Amino acid sequence: MTDIKTVGVAGCGTMGAGIAIVAARAGFRTIVYDTREEALAKARKQTESFFARSVERGKLAAEQLPKIISHLEMSSDLKKLAACDIVIEAVFEDLGVKHALFAQLDKVCPPHTLFASNTSTISITEIAGGSGRAERFVGMHFCLPAQLMKLVEMSPGLNTAEDTFARAWEFCKALGQTPVKTQDNPGFILNYFLIPFNNDAIRLVESGVAEPAEIDKAIKGALGYAMGPFELLDLIGMDTQLLLCEAMHGLTHEPRAACPPLVKRMIAAGRLGRKTGRGFHAYKDSKMYGA
Amino acid sequence: MDYAIIDTGGSRSFPAGDAFLSKASREADVVVVIGTGAGAALSGIKDKKAVLIELGTECLGVHTGESRGNEGSNVLGFARFRLGEAPPSNLVELVKQPKTDPAALAAARAVLEGAGLGVAVCNDFPGRIVDRLLRPYLNAALRRLDEGLATAEDMDTTLRLGLGYPEGPIALLERTGLAAHFDVTQALYEALGDAAYAPARRARVAKMRS
Repeated sequence: MTDIKTVGVAGCGTMGAGIAIVAARAGFRTIVYDTREEALAKARKQTESFFARSVERGKLAAEQLPKIISHLEMSSDLKKLAACDIVIEAVFEDLGVKHALFAQLDKVCPPHTLFASNTSTISITEIAGGSGRAERFVGMHFCLPAQLMKLVEMSPGLNTAEDTFARAWEFCKALGQTPVKTQDNPGFILNYFLIPFNNDAIRLVESGVAEPAEIDKAIKGALGYAMGPFELLDLIGMDTQLLLCEAMHGLTHEPRAACPPLVKRMIAAGRLGRKTGRGFHAYKDSKMYGA
Repeated sequence: MDYAIIDTGGSRSFPAGDAFLSKASREADVVVVIGTGAGAALSGIKDKKAVLIELGTECLGVHTGESRGNEGSNVLGFARFRLGEAPPSNLVELVKQPKTDPAALAAARAVLEGAGLGVAVCNDFPGRIVDRLLRPYLNAALRRLDEGLATAEDMDTTLRLGLGYPEGPIALLERTGLAAHFDVTQALYEALGDAAYAPARRARVAKMRS
């Protein structure tokens, strides 16, 4: 059982909007905050069309729709988040930006409000350190797209109280998500394994072991993966892979996390992946894959 | 396309009873040499369109010889990917050299694909494609388990739900054998000298107990 009733989501990019859908769908009053009015309007449209499609597909009862929509609020006024029992941050991956947000939130929110960050590469302990309430801070890393992916990687910072982690864990289950517990480590579990794996695949191409299409075929056929590493990299985008590598390698110095030079050449050549129509594979149509 | 089989015994790709064995002809232009002695049988085979040699962890060049980057003939290497004693997968890695005869490569592909197998072509490197990518990931998972990153269950759940893998790394190793993982990754560590292939502690322990 969770004691949380009202959920705040700070930052309404793709990730924030997805988390808001998850919270509203699970029956929580949900308040989405962003400074950008146009982003809020876009998120409002995205969430409403998602729920409308859920009704069409029979995943959501039509009579529930008005209640969910009325429980979902969008605001550019930070003070609205004072009503929240937990605030999940999903803003730009920059420690300074996150610290500035949490410092403001700490003044606005009551003492019982938990703070959570959806960061994928920054240390929870570091973000918590600038939040004013490190003992009531927890990492909650959702997967993209959050409204379709059940996994949430949850990590305590060094100063997170046991009770905080337990409250956040119960809340995560009440969201209908599947939490896993991980140490506050660069990349947590998913990215810790995925980023080097993808780099290893790129290095096989660099060293002439095989062509990308052959490697994709081998991995899918031998291991039953839904996507080969290059199909996945083309979705992620080379620009994003570079950022992920720089964040991971900067913290761990593990050779497998270092960005392969081919990624930088592909960025220079405009071969970012699906969104530019060409990455390791060529695509006829680049719509729907914008970052 | 017709193919003949020479069985030297102990094939990991096509164990006794495999459908590929029963569909072979007595004589054909393409010869598939299977078993642990496949490479040694090569010298007795003449005048064929393509000869496929089953490989273990070694390179094809061990059997064909190599010459200043110009090696290549009608002889190809292959291995059907298989983890430990689990049944072989449907995927065959087909190994070529810089100057492999394109007609031999096409014939080899036609035989394997004709038998319903998937074919991924690669050059002659240790670990080919799948082991080269899989083993560092499995070693990292075992090391991170020791370091307390997460429980085995949570690691497996993360990779299944987060990436859609059919099973997580720890469950995969339990199903297919940690000692078998040790053997492959140790061979690659010796061949490549890359620490990512050095067997993880848990694999070494399992090997010593086997």
